[in-house]
Amino acid sequence: MKTKPFFIPLAGLGVGTRIFMGIIIVAAVLVPLLNMTVAADHVLHIPDYMVALLGKFLCFAMLAVSLNLVWGYCGILSLGHGAFFALGGYVMGMYLMRQIGTRGVYGNPVLPDFMVFLNYSELPWFWLGFDQFWFMALMVILVPGTLAFVFGWLAFRSRVSGVYLSIITQAMTYALLLAFFRNDMGFGGNNGLTDFKDILGFNIQSRETRATLFALSALFLALFLFMTAFITASRFGKLLVATRDGEDRTRFLGYRPERVKLFVWTLSAVMAGIAGALYVPQVGIINPGEFAPANSIEIVIWTAVGGRGTIIGPVIGAFFVNGGKSLFTGWFPEFWLFVLGALFVFTTLYLPNGIVGTFSEHWHRWRAKPAETLPDAAPQAAE
Amino acid sequence: MPPKLTSSMLYLDDVNVSFDGFKAINGLSLILEPGEMRAIIGPNGAGKTTMMDIITGKTKPDIGEVYFNGNIDVTKHDESAIATMGIGRKFQKPTVFENHTVEDNLLLAMSGTQTIKSMLFGSRSKNEQENIDQILATTRLTARRNDQAASLSHGQKQWLEIGMLLAQDPKLLLVDEPVAGMTDAETDETARLLREIARNHAVIVVEHDMDFVRNLDVKVTCLHEGSVLAEGSLDVVSNDQRVIDVYLGR
Repeated sequence: MKTKPFFIPLAGLGVGTRIFMGIIIVAAVLVPLLNMTVAADHVLHIPDYMVALLGKFLCFAMLAVSLNLVWGYCGILSLGHGAFFALGGYVMGMYLMRQIGTRGVYGNPVLPDFMVFLNYSELPWFWLGFDQFWFMALMVILVPGTLAFVFGWLAFRSRVSGVYLSIITQAMTYALLLAFFRNDMGFGGNNGLTDFKDILGFNIQSRETRATLFALSALFLALFLFMTAFITASRFGKLLVATRDGEDRTRFLGYRPERVKLFVWTLSAVMAGIAGALYVPQVGIINPGEFAPANSIEIVIWTAVGGRGTIIGPVIGAFFVNGGKSLFTGWFPEFWLFVLGALFVFTTLYLPNGIVGTFSEHWHRWRAKPAETLPDAAPQAAE
Repeated sequence: MPPKLTSSMLYLDDVNVSFDGFKAINGLSLILEPGEMRAIIGPNGAGKTTMMDIITGKTKPDIGEVYFNGNIDVTKHDESAIATMGIGRKFQKPTVFENHTVEDNLLLAMSGTQTIKSMLFGSRSKNEQENIDQILATTRLTARRNDQAASLSHGQKQWLEIGMLLAQDPKLLLVDEPVAGMTDAETDETARLLREIARNHAVIVVEHDMDFVRNLDVKVTCLHEGSVLAEGSLDVVSNDQRVIDVYLGR
């Protein structure tokens, strides 16, 4: 078996996806630049709050992209993806807490404030190592990844699927919500982790740090989009869709769908964890509320609205819904949930393929012939 | 590898399966030689599909022996393992992957033994491409190779399924009611296709359509109430008084 060069799948990417990835990468540079170098009264100036808001949206978009990989392409509807996001966030939060050092209210060099307050005499074992950035970075991958692996191994092996799987993912995030609310879990109880000061020695409040975090979020989002495109263009991606559409049939071809699902499920959880880790320093807090089942359901709505099973759909959905949320909660805060519900019902009834799915359907119909010859050109280039 | 216990391709001895007290398979014994094509007939509820389920590992027999290729005890393996050991199955209802192209369906069918890593990073080998081209030609689907499987006619979907079976390169093919719902022309075409496949594979065909079975021109086994009622050429079987009774007596 010869291995094809790594960059080849780019040729298989749709034009839309390529343009879109370009926009994200340009935004990674341009938004911080317009924020820092353009005078505050200039039209092109991007205010600080906007950088923070867009940075948050980028993390939500990553989260939606991770859900799309399992739901859109493999048919696993997770109603608990917020849990992996929150775990990644907590891991980052633990690192940031340990960077505070003596600057906390109690001035304890090792123990975070909440531990002093709760009369901890020493750091719990699971907080060890979190003063190191590399250890934290490793844990951002390992903690959500391990939970997803164990959860998925048990669930997929027992052939739990469909709504039953959705329900137990929801139960998983709810159980974690309750656990993290407890003070004696050692994660700050319902206050969570906050009051962060530095990341890698840089002031977390400074414009430059925020700009860097924004750029990193944009680059990770572009990377996740590339990964989605790479995976779905590969033979494994075809198997993912086949597993979604006919899991039992794949068994009779000799595949083990439980392994296929476990692989994407774990990968997706790691992606969600990275999104959470980038989210926390930008919003300055992580608390158990992030485990709330409603959060996980919102991720599903972003993905559905944008278009599941399309590469860029979840990003569009995350920006569209969260942008709407920001506007609405400013104008009529009490109506937002009704609008969100109506949006989901409308999408389900009239746009089952989401914004991007519906758009590309019409696009392909409109230019029927040229559009059909395009995808054929790609596999030949890949030979 | 344990030594061969039998020289036959498939060996079923005194197999029994019951579902909630209903005996779906009742003392079934059947032997299929290497390279042989066999037609299985029988009224509804005779146990034809259950027999397929047992051979492919979907259902475990309560008692009885099932050996494939002389030494593989089928009852000890699951569906995926049996599929990779060389038993391919075509279901009654076409179950092609509708969202994939005809060619991708074949590609997926021939990759069942690959690892996740090689499926992610590997590309299509020349060998695989030739194999796909050949199967497309055999099943007469070359012109439709880039079309979505969902857009195929019923008959073409059945042929694609048979093509997917070939792509798996099994030693034994189980084909369940391949011509149900087909036009006469499609039925003739399917018989031609199966005869061609039978040249280098062992095949079991379950079918109701007697003209089609006659067209296959192979040994016929008639099942009734979960066991073998008669076996032989179609003329012998169809003139057997007991066969006439179970078919016409109801």
